[in-house]
Amino acid sequence: MINFGYKISTPRSIDMDSADSRLYCQLVEAVPSYRYCIGCGGCTATCSAGQFTDFNIRKAHFLFSRRQYDKLASDTFTDTDLNKCMLCGKCSLVCPRGVNTRGLILQMRKLLLK
Amino acid sequence: MKKIAILGAGPAGIEAAAVLAANNCPVTLFEKEAQPLCNITDKAFLFPNFADANEVAASLRAKLDNPNITLRCSTEVTQLTPSYIAGFQEESLTGTPVWKVNEELYDIVLLATGYTPFDAHRKEELGYGIYPGVHTSLEMEKMIKEGNIVNSLGEKPKRIVFLQCVGSRDEKSGNHYCSKLCCVTAVKQAIEVKKQLPDCEAYVFYMDLRMWGQGFEEMYRTAQQEYGVSFVRGRISEAGGTFDGRVQIKAEDTLLGRPLKMTSDLLVLMVGMEASKGTRELATQCRICGEYGFAQSKDPHLHDCQSEAPGLFVAGACKRPMTLTDSVNDGRSAAYEILTSL
Repeated sequence: MINFGYKISTPRSIDMDSADSRLYCQLVEAVPSYRYCIGCGGCTATCSAGQFTDFNIRKAHFLFSRRQYDKLASDTFTDTDLNKCMLCGKCSLVCPRGVNTRGLILQMRKLLLK
Repeated sequence: MKKIAILGAGPAGIEAAAVLAANNCPVTLFEKEAQPLCNITDKAFLFPNFADANEVAASLRAKLDNPNITLRCSTEVTQLTPSYIAGFQEESLTGTPVWKVNEELYDIVLLATGYTPFDAHRKEELGYGIYPGVHTSLEMEKMIKEGNIVNSLGEKPKRIVFLQCVGSRDEKSGNHYCSKLCCVTAVKQAIEVKKQLPDCEAYVFYMDLRMWGQGFEEMYRTAQQEYGVSFVRGRISEAGGTFDGRVQIKAEDTLLGRPLKMTSDLLVLMVGMEASKGTRELATQCRICGEYGFAQSKDPHLHDCQSEAPGLFVAGACKRPMTLTDSVNDGRSAAYEILTSL
């Protein structure tokens, strides 16, 4: 086939209608404080891993709540690669809403990375 | 004895009338609607403590039971002019101007003509009046009050989306200001929805959540923790109807930096507060009309219940968006200012 140099662009839009809520519900059940986040970014600011890599825990949190699991599980989306977290727990210390952020990472790994 | 007229039998007007009456000042209270307190009695519950709106209104209405208060409902005041503008000769004994209220003369007038909800038709891109699934927060309140939250097909909704800042903080609507109580109202309504329909998803789209009052932030937290209401930071840019009578919305999830779309049974537009028609017209007639058609007080810090016009006082949401608590307190302040001016 002749290569014309075109490719199909996949949509960047989050489609909540085709979202699968099962993993989300499992995460909420395992870590109820997951829902309390107000998106302040305190966790990301203090993150040990975030100082040396592009890991962003707040973003990982919101991708999960919008059911974008593939973005978390895939190696290509490196700033939310859950394996970069070192589980130091500083994020839990600074969270103004008492979200169990460390537990959240562990649970997300369990649900997504297996 | 000076004649006092209060225009508007809302929380501010009634509280002012009650204080003046208790101090042996006869007042005439004008109300354009057939009943006082229409902006309270159309609510189900009031933030932040979910007080029954009817009970709160009844307590306020009971204050009118005083022989010094003459309540004139279904009487719209269309004319409010001081003698120095109208050019007529009557002056009170002290030489201060008298005020012509419709065809009657009064020495002192308290403007408490309140607000009107923003007309959501003006935000055409949000589909109000075009798609049956799009409602205003007032219509949602009515459904909550009647215990009958249904989608456009009359079925129980599976998802409800609330959109903040409709007609507020919006240059396109001509309103740069924040209406300040829509944030907490959406949280309140989302909680009510979850109480009545626990399986219904509730999303609140916001630009900022301004939980400024006592107990507001706690309500926001309760909505997340106990009721599972989801909050998305982003302004819905457009809404479209679907073939099955629902609404598809488009927004950006600004915390992820990605566009987001979602279909919902209902889209609830949290409409802001604008100066009421009476406020605009009367404030203009007596030359105290300020920004956005609201009545302008003499000074926002120390003389907030007085106006530049002698004998004319201002109270409540005719000045700016106000909560019930603020309006009642402001009416009381205005009554004090009137008493000290006598």
